[in-house]
Amino acid sequence: MALCGDMYIYLPIAEVSVNAFVLLGLGGLVGVLSGMFGVGGGFLMTPLLFFIGIPPAVAVATEANQIVASSFSGVLAHVKRRNVDFKMGGVLLIGGLIGAGVGVFIFNYLKDLGQVDLLVKLCYVVFLGIVGSLMFTESLRALRKSKHALPSKSRKKRTWVHALPLKVRFRVSGLYISAIPPVLIGILVGILAAIMGVGGGFVMVPAMIYLLGMPTKVVVGTSLFQIIFVTAFTTMLHATTNYTVDMVLAVLLLVGGVIGAQFGTMLGAKLKAEQLRILLAIMVLLVCAKLGFDLIVQPSELFNLGVAGGH
Amino acid sequence: MRNLYAFVVITMLSWIGHASAQDIVLGLSKQEIGITAFFDGSEILVFGALKHQSEESSEGDLDVVVTIASPRTPVTVRRKDKRFGIWVNVDALEVDLAPSFYAVATTRPFEQVVSNASDLWHQISVRQLIRAVSGPLAIENPEDFTEALVRVRESDGLYQTLSGAVTLQDQTLFSTSVSLPANLVEGTYTARIFLMRDGDVISQHQTAIDVRKVGIERWLYNLAHQRPVVYGLLSLAIAIFAGWAAAAVFRMVRG
Repeated sequence: MALCGDMYIYLPIAEVSVNAFVLLGLGGLVGVLSGMFGVGGGFLMTPLLFFIGIPPAVAVATEANQIVASSFSGVLAHVKRRNVDFKMGGVLLIGGLIGAGVGVFIFNYLKDLGQVDLLVKLCYVVFLGIVGSLMFTESLRALRKSKHALPSKSRKKRTWVHALPLKVRFRVSGLYISAIPPVLIGILVGILAAIMGVGGGFVMVPAMIYLLGMPTKVVVGTSLFQIIFVTAFTTMLHATTNYTVDMVLAVLLLVGGVIGAQFGTMLGAKLKAEQLRILLAIMVLLVCAKLGFDLIVQPSELFNLGVAGGH
Repeated sequence: MRNLYAFVVITMLSWIGHASAQDIVLGLSKQEIGITAFFDGSEILVFGALKHQSEESSEGDLDVVVTIASPRTPVTVRRKDKRFGIWVNVDALEVDLAPSFYAVATTRPFEQVVSNASDLWHQISVRQLIRAVSGPLAIENPEDFTEALVRVRESDGLYQTLSGAVTLQDQTLFSTSVSLPANLVEGTYTARIFLMRDGDVISQHQTAIDVRKVGIERWLYNLAHQRPVVYGLLSLAIAIFAGWAAAAVFRMVRG
């Protein structure tokens, strides 16, 4: 870092000046995780952008744009290995687009009320907490079991998901289930994508595994495929309704991000699915704990400033 | 350094001319600040000379106050309180007009140079400059909110009080430098110079400094606001291309 020195770049939309190398580094780090776990990495990047002083509204909108790049980069490798269930991705996408529209609407409404930061942080704490602890306990159990048996084959549990109407056959996933749960998952993920500036992979990946019973092999590629379109749509909504997409910030993040994602995909191929999941679970829980702690502890400055009035 | 300032003052005085107010001649190291892609703050040198008109003006010491202010915009100040165990914004106050940047430099400590009356009349300190207050009437102590505004911006380096930062030589030549932070908002900034004696303003002068985004910064900002659809699509195209390029490069590298 000392070699690189400081190179400050002024961001035209955020209207702050930041060290370009910090952004490239953050992008790279989060990119590795994105490639490894098949998550966009937004759940880590967006809070990190808050910490370095990017206005929350700009961070959320720009992060959506960056996730398009890292997901696109990641999905190409999965398409080649035929690990993408396009049909399932398409069904999830229908829900995702509806959800993104709803999410941007809620976001803009709460921005006017001055409660958007709180909403974003609460969403983080709640969702990261639930998903993290579920994944952690499940993968811990699986890890213990896999010491004796081979890594789990496609588990075909019969749940309420199989009792719903509108059944569709998803050949790549080897499933014959109702289209309703995937659409609902898509809507939820779309709302989260717009409000939290995330791809939603950290919700979608466990939902696909545990609720839909999809094989782990195709989950990552399929979620990346869906995320590309939902975040692209979110980017357009933010760009046209509140002008908060910062292209310079996005480019710096995505240059680091796409390179990191390639390394991440290579790393991910070497680890076992259970190990991968337990690592992701630990990370999710750490971010959750940090954000929750900040909400409970009395802040050193009780007052904060915002741009007055709605535009 | 001081000699350099004096030299700059003398050489520049020759072409500044006498267009300014009667007894202050003023120069700025720059009248325009361009925010480029690599902008990381800027130093501005304010200098000039005082002309003594009559005998009486030599009574008592003169002081000089220099202020630099960004355009004033409305700001919402919100206060957090504990609700259901977490800290949330509970009430807010709209401050009608507050500069996003304000620096005031003086020859001696502010209180010794500017009387309360002159401060009130000429709005020299930032607290006088901020115009409150159209909050909900129910709000208890609006002063807490304006104080918080000043405190937050002071700690961000956006409001600066530079006591003793103005040098005044032989009661005639003055100079000071103000460093503008990297997170500058564009607009027409105002530099004011007050000539003070015994706390009263005896003369003042003001001039404008243009702070503008230039080059690619200007272009992107305009595109984002005037043609948001094109801007959004361009952002996506860059993202897709970068994603594809990285994947293609790595495929080649791996053989």
